[in-house]
Amino acid sequence: MTFFLVSSAIKVFVVFNAIMVGVAMLTLAERRICAWMQDRLGPNRVGPQGLLQPAADGLKNFLKEETYPALADRTLFTLAPLISFVPALLTFAVIPFAAPLPTPWGVVPMVVADLPVGFLYILAISSLGVYGIVLAGWSSNNKYSLLGGLRASAQMISYEISMGMSTVAVLLLAGNVTLTQVIAQQQQGGWFIISLTLAFLIFFISALAETNRLPFDLPEAEGELIAGYHTEYSAMKFSMFYIAEYSNMVTASALMATLFFGGWDIPFTSWDQTGDPSVLKTLATLAAFVAKTGFFLFTYIWIRWTLPRFRYDQLMALGWKVLLPLALGYLAVIATAIWYLHAQLGWTYGTPFTLALGAVNLVLVGAVVWWLDRGRIISASTAEVA
Amino acid sequence: MAIGVKVLKRPTRETSYLRATLSGMALTFSHIFRPKVTMQYPEQRATDDWTLSSRWRGTHRMLTDEQGRAKCVACGLCPQICPANCIKLVPGEDENGHRYPLIYEIDEFRCVFCGYCQEVCPEEAIHVGVHYENSEYSRDRFVYDLERLCAQTHPVSTLWDPSDPKGE
Repeated sequence: MTFFLVSSAIKVFVVFNAIMVGVAMLTLAERRICAWMQDRLGPNRVGPQGLLQPAADGLKNFLKEETYPALADRTLFTLAPLISFVPALLTFAVIPFAAPLPTPWGVVPMVVADLPVGFLYILAISSLGVYGIVLAGWSSNNKYSLLGGLRASAQMISYEISMGMSTVAVLLLAGNVTLTQVIAQQQQGGWFIISLTLAFLIFFISALAETNRLPFDLPEAEGELIAGYHTEYSAMKFSMFYIAEYSNMVTASALMATLFFGGWDIPFTSWDQTGDPSVLKTLATLAAFVAKTGFFLFTYIWIRWTLPRFRYDQLMALGWKVLLPLALGYLAVIATAIWYLHAQLGWTYGTPFTLALGAVNLVLVGAVVWWLDRGRIISASTAEVA
Repeated sequence: MAIGVKVLKRPTRETSYLRATLSGMALTFSHIFRPKVTMQYPEQRATDDWTLSSRWRGTHRMLTDEQGRAKCVACGLCPQICPANCIKLVPGEDENGHRYPLIYEIDEFRCVFCGYCQEVCPEEAIHVGVHYENSEYSRDRFVYDLERLCAQTHPVSTLWDPSDPKGE
């Protein structure tokens, strides 16, 4: 019991700090990568290659004045950043980030809390974050903030459904909601990206919307809403919304890696999950996990600096008219396929099973892409001077 | 003729942006590795395709003769033509009848850097210079006296020559 408490406390401390540092580095990465994409260099003045820029930003935010709008609801206005900040950090608790670590006192699982309800916990807590955004919008007593908050809640509800639907497929295949089991299943018979490609695509698009990132950042939409829900916020309270956004990104990326890309699994070898746990294995699998998460974080940034923002009705149409029917239809197909392989052919989960499902997915993805593309290719819009 | 209005040929039907999205992603990714255009200012003051023009009109400079005295003869043309009224000149005269400035001050805050003082100067004494880094810690340091104007070492502006408009 003491061992559990002490190891958990250490894990909480380490993971919390790792996420905060990761978030800080992510803000820098975002600025530098966007600069490179625009043929600029980005912030490289503070520290080597600008590495201390996040520290400088943080310091600035600590020293800035906290402003309160005259007609704001003081209590909720102060509470809102916390409500969006805390769930963003809480969600990471159930994500396993490496192979178990052996210590002289026993083997420590590399997950802060290996909850039996793992995945459901993430769905529950991550949706709480939207309360912070809605309350921030409402308590600011500002029409732009309110619009931003309303958009956030509508968007969150719309995409939560398709996100949940896409992950039901994962649960069908894994047969368990515990994330360690989901990873174990993938290590045994191949990553779910092969067997559930379309679910991953739906999950990915929904995750972009859930984290309020471009092209779905309508709650912020600076062109129309100034800064949306955090228009009235300054100093550290503004910073907390920022940290919340980025730690949501980290969690969403880690979740994508965990659910579809084998979590901390190192591909093409079973060395990492068989045999006795060792420090080397923990470090190697941690590196694999960080690499996968980092790739998705890069993709987030890459997409943000490529695509323009959706119009609000387009956003809603994509969520309700495309993603939701797609996710439901896909679920029916994949459930049938799994049932057929399991019950009719008597296969157990393994590489042939994955490949068979992969073939099904290949056909489905091809069909979806063809349907999205079906001959209605736009040429770049041409301009003429009249 | 009326101003040309750009008319975009918009697609009339619903369209797919799938390919456009992917090609856009490829484009932004390729830009990551392209050479950057940023000039890193304090270390790098000029690049291959950008240098400060020799016609730049910046911080003033008073030229001096061989004895190190200002070339100015206190004729009063520069305060006369100055549109910003930033030159303060009090003329003096020595026993040989040579005129020289007792006080010659330029307020760099008032100055609009038009370069007229350099154009009118008959002795080619006062010049605007190819120089722009003149920050100070207090406002009164921006009034340059004669000694300080003479002590400047940056190159002087060539101004614009109507007979040689392209500066060749």
